[in-house]
Amino acid sequence: MLELVVFSLLNGLLYGMLLFMLASGLTLIFSMMGVLNFAHASFFMLGAYFAYQISTVVGFWPALILSPLAVGVVGAMIERYGLRRVHRYGHVAELLFTFGLAYLIEELVHLVWGRMPVDYRVPASLDFTLFTLFNTDYPAYRAFMLLVAVAMFIGLFLGLTRTRIGLIIQAALTHPDMVGALGHNVPRVFMMVFGGGAALAGLAGVIGGNFLITEPGMAWQLGTIVFVVVVVGGMGSLTGAFIASLLIGVVQTFSVALDVSLADALGAIGIQLGPGSFMWELWSITISQTAPILPYLLLVLMLIFRPKGLMGTRES
Amino acid sequence: MTAQPLDRSLSAAARAGASPMIRRLGVWGATAAVMVALPLIFTSGFAHSMLSQMGIAVIFALSYNMLLGQGGMLSFGHAVFYGLGGFLAMHVLGEISPDGFAMPIEFLPLVGGLAGMGFAAIFGYVSTKRSGTTFAMISLGIGELVAASALMFPSFFGGESGIWGDRVTETSFLGLIYGRQIEVYYLIAAWAFIAMIAMFLLTKTPLGRMANAVRDNPERAQFVGYDPRIVRFVQFTLAGFFAGVAGGLFAINYEIVSAENVGATPSGAVLLMTYIGGVGHFFGPILGAILVTFLQLTLSNFTEAWLLYFGLIFMTMVLFAPGGLAGLLMMHEPLWRARRLHRIAGPYAQALATGLVLLVGAIILIEINYFLSTSYEPEMHLFGFVIDPSSPWPWALAAALIVIGFVTFRGACRAVMRRWDEVLGDIKAGGRS
Repeated sequence: MLELVVFSLLNGLLYGMLLFMLASGLTLIFSMMGVLNFAHASFFMLGAYFAYQISTVVGFWPALILSPLAVGVVGAMIERYGLRRVHRYGHVAELLFTFGLAYLIEELVHLVWGRMPVDYRVPASLDFTLFTLFNTDYPAYRAFMLLVAVAMFIGLFLGLTRTRIGLIIQAALTHPDMVGALGHNVPRVFMMVFGGGAALAGLAGVIGGNFLITEPGMAWQLGTIVFVVVVVGGMGSLTGAFIASLLIGVVQTFSVALDVSLADALGAIGIQLGPGSFMWELWSITISQTAPILPYLLLVLMLIFRPKGLMGTRES
Repeated sequence: MTAQPLDRSLSAAARAGASPMIRRLGVWGATAAVMVALPLIFTSGFAHSMLSQMGIAVIFALSYNMLLGQGGMLSFGHAVFYGLGGFLAMHVLGEISPDGFAMPIEFLPLVGGLAGMGFAAIFGYVSTKRSGTTFAMISLGIGELVAASALMFPSFFGGESGIWGDRVTETSFLGLIYGRQIEVYYLIAAWAFIAMIAMFLLTKTPLGRMANAVRDNPERAQFVGYDPRIVRFVQFTLAGFFAGVAGGLFAINYEIVSAENVGATPSGAVLLMTYIGGVGHFFGPILGAILVTFLQLTLSNFTEAWLLYFGLIFMTMVLFAPGGLAGLLMMHEPLWRARRLHRIAGPYAQALATGLVLLVGAIILIEINYFLSTSYEPEMHLFGFVIDPSSPWPWALAAALIVIGFVTFRGACRAVMRRWDEVLGDIKAGGRS
C-alpha cells in the first residue's frame, strides 16, 4: 500500500508537471487574448516530432534546445499571419481557427511522419535506474523530466516577476489598452507570448514524447485535459494552473491504480450486491474505469458552479 | 451537384418575408421535386447510399446551425444528441415486431428526436446558463464525458462494437419493406423535407427572432423582456430534437450505432459542414452538408490525404470567407440584380486559372509526401501519370507551380477586388442599367 501511494504520488507529480508545462502557456495566451487555443497541444506534439527528427541527426541534447525554439517560431508565425487576421471576426472565429489548426497540424504530422508511432527513445545517457524503492525501479529519465519541469517553472516565475518584459506581460494580461497607451507594442507582446507558450509546449513535447508515445493522436489526448487544467485553475492564474495541474495529475494517477467499485464500498458497510442486482452495471464500475471521465466531470462541475476557476478572478 | 440552382432560389425565400407566398411555395415545391427526382437520375447503389447520407447530414447540420448560426452558441459536442438519439431509436427498433409492439418504422426517427430533446433539456439546463467561450467549453466537456461513459455502460451502448438491429420489421404503415436502399432514401428524404420546413418556420417565430437577438446583444434582449437563458435553452432543446431525428434516421440507414457516433469526430464534422456551408443563411448548412458528404465519399476513394484537404478548405473559409459558401454566393446578389455579373467574370476566370496552378502544385507536393509516409503501393500514380518520388523533378515542378501560382493568384485576387469596387461604384452611381 505504501509502495502504491509513494509511486502514484511520484508519477502523479510528474504527470502534473508535464500538464503544467502546457497549461502555463495556454493560460497566459487565454488571459491575454481571450483565445482558448485548441492547437496548443498540437505544439506539444510538434515538439516531440521535431525532437525525434533532430535527435536522429545530432542527438538528444541539441534537440532539447533546438526543437522548442523551432516550435516557438512556428507558433509566433501562426499568431502573426493567422490569428491576427481572424481576430477582427471575433472570438468564435478565433476559436474555430485554432480548432481547424489543431486538425490541420495532425494531418500534416500524418503527411510527414505517417500514421504509426515514431521510434523516439529516451537517450542512452539517461536510460538507467536511479533508485529502487520497495522493489520498484525508478528510472532516471523521470527524475530528469521532473528537473526540467521545475527549472522551467522557476524560470517562468522569475521571468514574469523580475524582468521588464515580464512586467509588461503581466500588465497586458489585465489592461491591454492601457499598456498600449503607454507606448508598448501590444500586438508584438501577444506574438511573443504566443510563441513563448508554444515553445514551452514544445519543450514538454521533447521530454514527454519519449516518455509517452510519439504518435499523431497524442495532441488530442492531452489537449482536452490541458483545457480542463486551465479552466479549473482559473483564467489568467499561473498559480491556479499549477495547482490544477498537480491536482489532476495526482487524481488521475491514483484513480488508475484503484481497483475498487461502488459495490465493494457498499459491501464494506454491509450491503451485498451481485450481478443480478438492480443497475449492477453502475455499481460494478471501478474507480480505475472512471479515470478517463474524471477530468471532464471536474470541468463541467467547475464551469457550472465556479466558472472563475480555483484561483481565477474573472469569467472570461 | 444540383445544389446550385436550388440554393439560389431557396435563399430568396430565406431573405425576409418580402417575397410573395406563391414564390416561396414554388421554392419548396422545387426542392421536393429535386429530392424525389435525384435517385431516379442517379440510379447506382453508391449514389443512393450517398443521397441517404446527405439527407441525414442536412438535418444534422441544420440543427447545428440553430445553435451556431441562429443562437450564437458554438458547440463542440452536438453529436451527443445525434448519437444518443440513434442509440435510443436502435433500442426501440429492437422491440418492434408485427405481433407485439407494432410501431410503424416511419415514426422511429421521432423516437430519436424525443431522446435527443430529452438529453438536450438535461445538458442544456446546465450549459445554457453561460454563453460564448464558457458555453463552448461546457459543450466540449459534456461531449467528452458522454463519449467516455459510452464505453463504461456496455449493456446500453454495446461497448466498442456498438449495437445493431434489423429495419425490416414489417410494421410500415405505407406498406414498404425497406429492404432496398431507395426506399430508405425516400423515408430519409421525407423526414429531411419535413425537418427543413420545420426548422425554416422556426426561424420566423418569435423564438427564432429572439434567438438572433440573444446572439447579437443579450443585454438588449433582456431589456425587451426576454430571459436570454430561457431563449438559449429552448433553442438548444429544439436543436437537440432535430439532431436526434437525424440520429434515428442514421440508425435506420446503417442498422448499427456505436460509441463513435456520440464522439468528437461527428461533433467536429458537423461544425465543419455547417461552417463551410455558411452560418449566416438558412440554406448554408444544406449546401455544406451536401458538399462535405459528397467530398467525404468521393475524395476518400482517390486520396489518402482527403482529411488534410478538408482541413485546408475549412481554414481557408475561416481566414478569408467567414460567411461560408452561402455568404460567398449571396455576395453576388446585388450584382445579379443589377445584371452586372458578367463584368466580374473576366477577373474570376483569371483567379480560377492561377488558383488552379497553385492547387495542382500543392496537390503534387501533398500526394508525394503522403505516398512516402503512409503508402505501401509499389509506384505512385497522380493525374494519370506515374511519378517517381525519389527523383527531384516532381518536387521541383511542384515548388515551381506553387510559387508561380501563389504570385499570380495574389495578383488575380487584387484584380477581382478592384473590379468589385468599380462595379459596385457603378451600381451606386448609375442605378440599374
